[in-house]
Amino acid sequence: MTTVTGDRLDDVWATRPGLVGWLGAVNHKQVGQRFIATAFVFFLVGGVQSLFMRYQLGSPESTFLDPETYNQLFTMHGTTMMFLFAVPIGEAFGIYFVPLMLGARDMPFPRLNAFGYWAYLFGGIFLYSSFLAGSVPDSGWYAYPPLSGPEYSPRSNLDFWLLGVTFVEVSGVIAAFEIVVLILRFRAPGMAISRMPLFVWSLLVTATMILVAFPPLIMGTVLLELDRKVGTGFYDPAVGGDPMLWQHIFWWFGHPEVYIILLPAIGIVSAILPVFTRTRIVGYTFIAAATVAIGILSFGVWVHHMFTTGINLLGLTFFTAGSLLITIPGGVQIFAFIATLWRGRPVFKPPLLHVIGFLVVFVFGGLSGVMVASVPFDWQAHDTYFVVAHFHYVLIGGVLFPVLAGLTYWLPKMTGRMLDDRLGTVAFWLLFAGFNLTFLPQHVVGLLGMPRRVYTYPSGIGWDVYNLLSTVGAFVVAAGMAVFVADVVRSRWRGAPAGDDPWGGNTLEWATTSPPEPFNFRVIPIATTRDPLWDERPLDLAGGPAWRRELAHPVVSRREMVSTSVLDAAPHEVLTLPIHSLWPLGLAAALGVFLIGVMVDRTSIGLVGLAGLAVCVIGWLWSRQDEP
Amino acid sequence: MRAWGPLVAAVGENPSALRARGPAAAEIAALWWLMLGLAAAVYAVTIVLLAVASRRAGRYTLRPGHGFVVVCGVAVPAVILVVLMVLTIRTGVATLATDDEPALTVQVEGRQFWWDVRYDDGAVVTANELHLPVGEQVEVELTSDDVVHSFWVPQLHGKLDMIPGRVNRLLLQADEPGVYRGICGEFCGIQHARMHFVVVAEPREQFDAWLEGQRAEAAEPAGDLAAEGREVFLGTSCVACHAIRGETGPNAIGPDLTHLASRRTIAAGMLANNRGNLAGWILDPQSQKQGARMPPTNLEGPQLQALLAYLESLE
Repeated sequence: MTTVTGDRLDDVWATRPGLVGWLGAVNHKQVGQRFIATAFVFFLVGGVQSLFMRYQLGSPESTFLDPETYNQLFTMHGTTMMFLFAVPIGEAFGIYFVPLMLGARDMPFPRLNAFGYWAYLFGGIFLYSSFLAGSVPDSGWYAYPPLSGPEYSPRSNLDFWLLGVTFVEVSGVIAAFEIVVLILRFRAPGMAISRMPLFVWSLLVTATMILVAFPPLIMGTVLLELDRKVGTGFYDPAVGGDPMLWQHIFWWFGHPEVYIILLPAIGIVSAILPVFTRTRIVGYTFIAAATVAIGILSFGVWVHHMFTTGINLLGLTFFTAGSLLITIPGGVQIFAFIATLWRGRPVFKPPLLHVIGFLVVFVFGGLSGVMVASVPFDWQAHDTYFVVAHFHYVLIGGVLFPVLAGLTYWLPKMTGRMLDDRLGTVAFWLLFAGFNLTFLPQHVVGLLGMPRRVYTYPSGIGWDVYNLLSTVGAFVVAAGMAVFVADVVRSRWRGAPAGDDPWGGNTLEWATTSPPEPFNFRVIPIATTRDPLWDERPLDLAGGPAWRRELAHPVVSRREMVSTSVLDAAPHEVLTLPIHSLWPLGLAAALGVFLIGVMVDRTSIGLVGLAGLAVCVIGWLWSRQDEP
Repeated sequence: MRAWGPLVAAVGENPSALRARGPAAAEIAALWWLMLGLAAAVYAVTIVLLAVASRRAGRYTLRPGHGFVVVCGVAVPAVILVVLMVLTIRTGVATLATDDEPALTVQVEGRQFWWDVRYDDGAVVTANELHLPVGEQVEVELTSDDVVHSFWVPQLHGKLDMIPGRVNRLLLQADEPGVYRGICGEFCGIQHARMHFVVVAEPREQFDAWLEGQRAEAAEPAGDLAAEGREVFLGTSCVACHAIRGETGPNAIGPDLTHLASRRTIAAGMLANNRGNLAGWILDPQSQKQGARMPPTNLEGPQLQALLAYLESLE
C-alpha cells in the first residue's frame, strides 16, 4: 500500500489543521482514541480514590478520613469505575477496532460518534465538578432513595450524580446505536455474519444490551430528579410512592450492566488467544452463541441484588435459577479458551499473561458468584466484604486484565510503537499478586461480619488483620499500574517500531499500517474466511469489481464507504460520510448548559441551553458536511 | 486509643456468620461449607486443566475440541448447578416459620443511626438492644422511619432490609445464651458504620425478669443529686427528643431512656455504657460520631454530674 502525497483519498480523509480541526474531528480512530484515553484517566482517578479508602481501613478507628469524605470517595469510586471507565472502555475499543476488523473506513454516523464522546467527557466533568462545588455525591453508586431523595440529601450532591450519570448514559446509548448499525451494515464484502471476529460478536451483543438496559435507567434517574426538583413522589412512601421501584429499575439496568462490561472483555480475550497460541479458536460457534445467551439471560437475574428486601422465597428462588443458569454459557466460553490454549503453542508475552490472569481470577469470581446466587447464603453475604471481594474478582479479573491485555495487544496498532515485554511482565505480576492480596482476605472478613461502605470498624472483633493485608495489597496494585503507565509513556519515544503486523494476527486490523491511515484501507478488503490474514496472505488488494477501484482512487473528494447486507455482507451501496463538524461539540455543550440550569435551579440558564440545543440540532441536520 | 475491653465484652467478640448460634445461621453456614467444597473442587480442576493447557504444545496427543467444551462447560456444571439449586431451596425453606406461633413479636424500627425496639406492642420501648429467650422463635417486625436500613445478626440469621412504608418479618432464634453483635447491613448515611446493636439471648426466666423490669416506669430518683439531675433532664434540651416513661410524654425522636442504665452500650453499640462515655457523649456527640442526630449539650459541671447521677439511676 503506497501513499501518494496530494492523493485525493489522503486529502479528503486528513484532519483539518489547528484547534478547530481537532475539535471538529469525527473519524472513528480519533474519537476512539479519545474515548480510550479519557476512560483510562478516569480509571486512574477511581483507583487513587480506592487507595485513600484502603489507607483509611488499614487500621481500625482510623481518623485519616472523616466519614463524609469516605462516603463521597466510595460513591465516586463506584460511579467512576462503572459509568466512566468500564462501560466506556468496552465501547471505546469497539469504536476504534470494530471498523478496522470489519474492513470499514469509519463509523456509519461519524458526527453522532463525536457527540457521544463529548457527552461522555462533559458528563464526567459534570460529575467531578461536584468536588469544586464542595457537594460530592455520597449515596453510593446505586443511589437508593430515600437516602438519595430530597429529604435525606437536600444539597446538590445527588443532582450532580443524577444529571452527570444521565449525560454519560446518553453517550453510552448513542455509541451502542452506532455499533449495532456498523456491525450489521458495514462489514467487509464477504464477511458473512458467521465469519465475524468474536470480538465483533461481543460488541454486537453488548451494544444491543445497552439499548435495552440504559433507557430505563435514564428514565429512573429522571423520575428521581423530578422527586428532588419538582416534588413528585415516585419513590416516597409518604405520598404513595415506593423506594423499591427504584431498586427494580436500577438493577434492571445494573445487572445487565455487569455483562455489558464483561462481554467486550471476553471479546478481547477471544481476539488475543488465537494469535498468541498460533491456532484457530476452538468452538467459535459455541462462544458466539454463549455470548448471545449471556446477553439474554442477563435480563433475568436483577433481583439477585435484592435478595434481602423481603420478597418471598419462591420469587427469589426463580432468580437463583436465572443466576445459576448464566454460568453455563460462561463456562462454555472459559473451556473453549482452555481448549484453544491446549491445542496451540502459547507465546507468553504480556497480552497472553493478562489473558491467563483473566482466566485464573475470573473463574474464581465466577465461583463466588455462584455462591451469592444462592438466596440463603446471600442473606449473610449481601452488602458485606464478601460481595466486595466477589465482584472485584469478576470486574478486575473479567475486565481490567482483558483491557490491559487489549492495550498491550493493540497499542502498537494505534501508535506504531511496541510496548516493552519486560516492563509488561513486571506490571502483570505486581498487579496479579497485589490484586489477590487485596481481595482474597476480603472474602474472609465479609464472612466474619464486616459490612461494606463503612468508613471505619471497631477493633478487637477479628477484622483488623484482613484489612491490613488488603491495604498492603492495594498499594502493590498501584505499583503495578504505575509500571504499566510508565511502559505506555516510554513506548511513545523509545518503543520499537511495530510494523503493520507485529503479532502475526488473523483479523483485518493487522492488514493496514500502524497507526492506520485515516481511511483505514485504501482498497476495501474482501473477507472469505474467519481468519482472513491467515488464509489469504497476502490479501487480495487488486482487482475485483469497479466500485472497489473507485473507492481506492476516488474521482470526487468525498469520504466514501461501502455498505453491505446484514447476513451475507454482499456489497450494497457506496455511502458518503461527513468530514468535519463542530455541531456535535456544540450540541454536547448546549446539553451541558441545560443540565447546569436544572442543577442550579436557574430557568434562564436552562432556556439558554435549550435554545442552544435547538440551534445545534437544526445546524446539524441542515448541513450534511460531506463536502470538503 | 479507646479502651476496647469493656466494649467488646458488652457487644460480643466476633460476629462471624460461621460461628452460628441459631438454627438459621447454622443452616446457612452448613450450606456455605458445602458450596465451598464444591467450588474448591471445580476451581482446582479448572486450574489444573489451565496449567496443563499452558505447557508447551507437542507433549500431548489429546487435543480437546467441542466435546471437551460441552462436557466441561455444560454437562458437569449443569449437574452441579442442579445440586446447588436443591440445596438452596432446602436451606431457604428450613429458615421459614414452622407451624407454631412465634413465642413473641418484637418491633424494630431503623433510624439514622440507631434502632428503636418495642415489645408488647409498644408497652416496652428500648433502643439498640434486643433481648431474646433462648431456644424460642421470635418474630422481628422490621421497618424504617427514614431511609433503608438492614437488620443483621450474623450469628443468628442473614440480614433483612428495613424499608420505609413496608414491614418485613424475620424469624430469629438463638440456641445458646450469649451476647451477639447486630449490624446495619445497608448503607444508610454518614454514620452507617456506627450503627450496631446488641442481642442478648438469655434463659426464659431471665428474659421474663428483664421484660418485667423494662415494663416498669422509671424509678423515682434516689437521693438529692439524682433528683436534681431529673430537673436538669426536664429543664434542658434533652427532653425535646428523649422520653422517660413516668416523667415525660412519648417521644421517639431519640432513643427512649426509661431504663438507660440497664443497657450495655450507648450510641448504637459504639460506646460501653459507663459514666465517662455517657458524659462525653452528652456534651459532645459530634466529635465522636460526626453527623449523628444528637446535638451537643451545654451543661455546667454540677448540672452534668447531677444528670449523670440521674441517668445512671435509670436501671
